[in-house]
Amino acid sequence: MAEFIIKRVLQAMVVLLIMTVLVFFGVNVIGNPVYIFASSECDQACLTKTIAELGLDRPLWEQYFVFLSNLLQGDLGNSFTHGIPALSLIFERLPATLELAICALAMALGFGLPLGIWAGLHPDTIISRCIMAFSMIAFSLPVFWIGLIMILTFSVQLGWMPAVGRGDTVDVFGTELSALTLDGLHHLVMPAFTLSLIMMAIVIRLTRAGMREVIFADYIKFARANGIRERRILTTHVMKNLLIPIVTVLGMEFGGVIAFAVVVESIFSWPGVGKMLIDAIGVLDRPLIVAYLIFVVFMFVVLNLLVDILYSLLDPRVRLGGNQT
Amino acid sequence: MTSVLNVKDLHTSFVMPDLTIAALQGVSLSVDKGEILGLVGESGSGKTLTGFSINRLLSAPGRVVQGEVLLHGQDVLSLGEEDMRHLRGRRIAMIFQDPMMTLNPVLRIETQMRDALRAHEKMSKAMARTRAIAALDEVGIPAPESRLRSYPHELSGGMRQRVAIAIALLHQPDVIIADEPTTALDVTIQGQILSLVQNLCRDRGTALIWITHDLAVVAGIADRLAVMYAGRVVEIGPVDDLLDAPAHPYTRGLIDSVPARGQRGQRLKQIPGRMPALTELPVGCSFAPRCEHAKAACAALPDMTALDAERSVRCFYPLAEGSA
Amino acid sequence: MSSVSQTPTAGSPRELARRFVSVPSAVIALVVFILFCIIGFGAPLIAPQNPYDLRQVDILDSLMPPGSQSYTGLTYWLGTDGQGRDMLSAMLYGIRISLIVGLLSGFLALVVGTFVGLIAAYRRGWVDTLLMRIVDLQLSFPTILVALILLVILGRGVDKIIFALVVVQWAYFARTVRGVALVEGAREYVDAARGLRLGGMRILFRHILPNCLPTILVVATVQMAMAISLEATLSFLGLGLPPTRPSLGLLIANGFDYLQSGRYWISVLPGIVLLGIIISANVLGDRLRDILNPRL
Repeated sequence: MAEFIIKRVLQAMVVLLIMTVLVFFGVNVIGNPVYIFASSECDQACLTKTIAELGLDRPLWEQYFVFLSNLLQGDLGNSFTHGIPALSLIFERLPATLELAICALAMALGFGLPLGIWAGLHPDTIISRCIMAFSMIAFSLPVFWIGLIMILTFSVQLGWMPAVGRGDTVDVFGTELSALTLDGLHHLVMPAFTLSLIMMAIVIRLTRAGMREVIFADYIKFARANGIRERRILTTHVMKNLLIPIVTVLGMEFGGVIAFAVVVESIFSWPGVGKMLIDAIGVLDRPLIVAYLIFVVFMFVVLNLLVDILYSLLDPRVRLGGNQT
Repeated sequence: MTSVLNVKDLHTSFVMPDLTIAALQGVSLSVDKGEILGLVGESGSGKTLTGFSINRLLSAPGRVVQGEVLLHGQDVLSLGEEDMRHLRGRRIAMIFQDPMMTLNPVLRIETQMRDALRAHEKMSKAMARTRAIAALDEVGIPAPESRLRSYPHELSGGMRQRVAIAIALLHQPDVIIADEPTTALDVTIQGQILSLVQNLCRDRGTALIWITHDLAVVAGIADRLAVMYAGRVVEIGPVDDLLDAPAHPYTRGLIDSVPARGQRGQRLKQIPGRMPALTELPVGCSFAPRCEHAKAACAALPDMTALDAERSVRCFYPLAEGSA
Repeated sequence: MSSVSQTPTAGSPRELARRFVSVPSAVIALVVFILFCIIGFGAPLIAPQNPYDLRQVDILDSLMPPGSQSYTGLTYWLGTDGQGRDMLSAMLYGIRISLIVGLLSGFLALVVGTFVGLIAAYRRGWVDTLLMRIVDLQLSFPTILVALILLVILGRGVDKIIFALVVVQWAYFARTVRGVALVEGAREYVDAARGLRLGGMRILFRHILPNCLPTILVVATVQMAMAISLEATLSFLGLGLPPTRPSLGLLIANGFDYLQSGRYWISVLPGIVLLGIIISANVLGDRLRDILNPRL
């Protein structure tokens, strides 16, 4: 187990290193680094000064190591528009995004699991077909379009839901949360639901497919033949087998949720890192953009690592390394 | 002796909107206390289906459409769902073919045994644990305490099947239906499992229905044999009588196609043709198209006719002793 | 889960066409999609107005609801947008640009991915390992994020968004094609071809590739729908196409500001068209998968 984790951590570090190289060269070779690091109002003298400051006259590999050592010290430069370190700005905005993403995850599971289970138990019914059609549509429609229709329907036409912002927040250990106030929750529901749809679609499909496979398995028949109650069979014997693929995919898709949060946040003006990125792009706040990219890549690699470890904890067959047929 | 389990004229069909396939067409058999009944037939003959019809675990669209399953004289088929659940595992237990597949891969042995125990008896975790250890000990699993913490894949095939047998025996059932429990095992392990089950059932007086396609396996342990063909029992009787002097041409064919010692170099006999699909069964005797003795009368369906007190056969022209 | 050992139910092209025609939803999806292609590519011919020719657009006609008339007598059947452009014309041109981006990026990703997949399957060994590691790495990041990063670095432009879409999509083709090609490569006819001392490239392209085509077709259909959706999303965020080449996504974004004031048509109408394209392509892909039954 320890060996497995160490191996995966090393792999993750290699991937991270590769990604920093890609971002660095992406920024420095494809784009013009001066424009990325200098503010847009910079004149010629300022540009020359910036070039020297950034060490852009030095060889590329040397620049990379300077970039890397700054990165390791958590220094990703200052945001132009906000005048504070880009990284601290990201951490300031992150709770809002995480709150949104976690609520979306909860919704995806809360709706997706029961729907998938139902569809798996009654595969040939009309309701089941409707569930699967819903899943296909939720999966293939662009997120921004769904958000837009939600705003049009529930905010503009019906006036039930607020269209922008977080609403009232509560301070919990220095973190502002919307989910704990009624007004905040009211603001949270629509963006979180919009964001949850793709994952909900995936959960429905996976759960249904898993159900179809598991309920015909011999071990379920054996459990029935032993007289175990149907509810116990469903909640333990079936569910534990179902959850393994779902947890894995959810872990991997959680990154996708963070990515799609960019879209949802900019539609609903949710003040998270995604909205921050789009705003930064709008005003060409380049250090902030680079910081976001590095941060997101880092988050992804760590997330994938965690999923792998979690998966091995959940599935006894993987944990003990093989002996599967 | 009174029968523990008595199956009378059991009909099971797959009922679908556009067609109905009659898979079992009148299966009758019985098994006494402490007796081992071998249920033999080719795949598709309906032997597994008979097992699932008895404890009502047919998956849709399968359905018992006619007949009786009497457990100590009480009709199982008329029980309510909750009563039926309470019967499964407690009075009628099952053992399946592939021990790899019968134990839940993600639950510890202890959880699976505890669930099986608690399905029928209220008991504490500690109590369940004690019972489970005792049950594992009985089926010859070394160090049962530590095995309880294992997951199925950590055990060998033979060990897994022992665990499944221990689970089946937890509540001292009246009948155990064992569906080819040794087929997936190595030959050496097969022998161990066979004698284990045989001994456990004999000691407790548990009736056992041993479903298999392998005549050689049941010949060693069964008291009586029932031979199935295309959804019907075609011959039933004491194992020695049946093997020495089969009355149904199909039984004869089955016996002849088992290679025997002392026959090396001789050509193995085989039954010509194959079992018809359930959708295209002939109207009369379903074995007639493959039978070398078939005559015009075989276009009608023969009834089960008693040859003596213990034997009956479904054939108009039962083979006389010694004929081939 | 379909197993890999399952035999492909290839069948003759005529047999496949017959099966396709017998599935109504497949035919409807195909017809709808072709219709979109026709009106999209025929936009310059059928649009009442060239919405990007400033001489034809009158700012005084801005934000008119569907069915209004301009003083020149032109009826705006679907209304006008904030700059006074005829929505119908803008949408026709939008369909055109969305389809061009979707089809072109899908096709390029197909070519790159198929080539990589075939090479990986044919060479095996370290080439295969290396290529598939890259594919795994690529697929472990969400497509939208990678495309977003690329466009942040590259800037806006039709060529740039196509490049970004190819980068995020080739890996799907590569993985699928490799899977199929590995199975096909293990078949007897490939051994026979090797026995005849046919060249590696010849075996690859003349024997293995044709057997991968049904699978590629399915992946391509679904990926094209994804490309169109992704392009719309990126354009909506202001990252994809320049305002001079407004796709459906950009039209929707333009109308978003007017949504709160109840001028729904500017966003909703192009949105419905976008939906039609994406759903028809998805249904088509779904049915094709059932019909061709490739091992996906």
